[in-house]
Amino acid sequence: MGAYTLRRILQMIPVVLGTTFLIYTLVWALPTDPFAGRCGERPCPQAYVQLMTEKFNLDDPLPWAYLQWLGGLFTGNLGETYTGLLVWDQVASAFPNTLKLATVAIMFEIVVGITAGVFAGLNRGRFIDNLVLLSTLALISIPVFVLGTTLQYLLGIQFPIFSPTVPPGAPWSSLILPGFVLGALSMAYVARLVRSSILENMRSDYVRTATAKGLARRRVIGLHVMRNSLIPVVTFIGADFGALMAGAIITEGIFNINGVGNLVYRGILNQEGALVTSVVTLFVLIFLVVNLIVDLLYGFLDPRIRYE
Amino acid sequence: MTTPVIGDPPLLEVRDLQVEFRTREGIARAVNGANYTLHSGETLAVLGESGSGKSVTAQAIMGILDTPPGFVTGGEVLFKGDDLLKMSDEERRALRGESIAMVFQDALSSLNPVFPVGWQIAELFRIHRGMSRRDAMKEALEALERVNIPAAKDRIGDYPHQFSGGMRQRVMIAMAIALRPDLLIADEPTTALDVTVQAQILELMADLQREENMGLILITHDLGVVAEVADKVAVMYAGRIVEQASIEEMFDSPAHPYTVGLMDSIPSLEARAGELKAIKGLPPSLVALPPGCPFEPRCPLAFDLCRQVVPPPIVVGPGRESRCHIAEEVRDGKR
Repeated sequence: MGAYTLRRILQMIPVVLGTTFLIYTLVWALPTDPFAGRCGERPCPQAYVQLMTEKFNLDDPLPWAYLQWLGGLFTGNLGETYTGLLVWDQVASAFPNTLKLATVAIMFEIVVGITAGVFAGLNRGRFIDNLVLLSTLALISIPVFVLGTTLQYLLGIQFPIFSPTVPPGAPWSSLILPGFVLGALSMAYVARLVRSSILENMRSDYVRTATAKGLARRRVIGLHVMRNSLIPVVTFIGADFGALMAGAIITEGIFNINGVGNLVYRGILNQEGALVTSVVTLFVLIFLVVNLIVDLLYGFLDPRIRYE
Repeated sequence: MTTPVIGDPPLLEVRDLQVEFRTREGIARAVNGANYTLHSGETLAVLGESGSGKSVTAQAIMGILDTPPGFVTGGEVLFKGDDLLKMSDEERRALRGESIAMVFQDALSSLNPVFPVGWQIAELFRIHRGMSRRDAMKEALEALERVNIPAAKDRIGDYPHQFSGGMRQRVMIAMAIALRPDLLIADEPTTALDVTVQAQILELMADLQREENMGLILITHDLGVVAEVADKVAVMYAGRIVEQASIEEMFDSPAHPYTVGLMDSIPSLEARAGELKAIKGLPPSLVALPPGCPFEPRCPLAFDLCRQVVPPPIVVGPGRESRCHIAEEVRDGKR
């Protein structure tokens, strides 16, 4: 397994190089003038344009400019925005908020999603099962911006149970509603995944064996069935953690959370190339690391998986 | 084989057991009055084709029928004189694994894939005997050694998929006999194995049975298996036991046309050039059983009475029964 992990880490190198090159190219190769409209009503002074062109290597051939940026990345220098703010500082202040938001979303997936799935799976065809199937279908069908704004209006303004926006510092209590909105879709998928996984495992021969051993139903289901049913669920939730970090743009926008999603959104609007490339590279790294952890976890949970 | 003491209740007595499956297509009558008796140290082979009700009978005895759709609708299952069907769920659960144990056909799917085999055996000792993890593991090791798993000590932490088919079935048997049950039900224990391994597994089960003086019910469709280890045979067809006899009697003078057909279907060396003899037709649908004898449509000897009346069990010898209107004539080979 050590050799497998090492190989997977080595495989990440070409992936990181390829994706960052693509990102860099796409961001900087846009056929627009990055200095149009940057200086108010007037065109920017020639001296400013020259300074910035030099600073962001805009006159260099693209591959060379990319290599210079990559070199900076390895020395921990993510560059500056046009206004002279350090990209590193911006990411460092936004990242913890996104991490907290994703954590709340994951908690909803684990607690509500798994519980609903277990109850539905164990009561197939009964009221609770239909309730779960119907409500998850609704959650899957509603786009996140509709769900977000609706809940914000209903529970934040009309019946002010939660704060409608997230204040700076993003205290946990203010993240409950945004976390639910962010996690709602995956929560619905988790509930359905758990349900079908339980139904499938309940029909397995090993359940009959466990019953024939004289185990109580509680132990047969709670231990033998659950241990098998949760394997795909754990890996789904793990992989989703990476997706939630990068996919929080809409939720962060609705609830005005200073997170990386919001950061990259503003970066795109303002054509802040250095900011966008850095944050998207961060997303790529998170994705790769999370996926590696999930793959290793899978083998830990299911002894039949072998790493070769 | 020990002779049972007169007055002592037999180990297991199944009386007129009825099981039905309530499905969307209708009620499938899977077992329509099964009767058999088993004493300690005896081996009863339950023979029949797929869907004849042999496995369902065993599951009903064991109390592991899938309910719904399966329901026991009548009869008695007396274990040492007590009716299992009248017991509470908790009483029955306590007997499972402890006094009555079962070996299943496909050990790979019947063992839990995510737990080590030693843990799965030890679980029995922990649940039924309240042992500590450590003591239970010691017992599990002993159980694995009893079924002759080489280097059991090193393999106790292995997972089911790491064993070969034969070794896996040995693990399954080790688990079944771990608590030294009085009755072992083996549901096609050798069907998924190749022939040489089959013989080893049968030998192992016969040895263990002798050592422990267990009652053994061997469910199979393999006449070779029956001949090798059984004392007596119950032949099932369409949910009924159509013939019960000792193993010699069944092979020498079968008293039911279905049994005769089964015997004829054994390929012999002399008849190698010829076609294989099969019983023509298919068993009846359990949802719509015919009013008369269920074997009548396939029976070469059928006559009018067979189409109208279900044959009652006819005693055709000491401890021998056949559900055929002309059982005695069939037995004597006159028809």
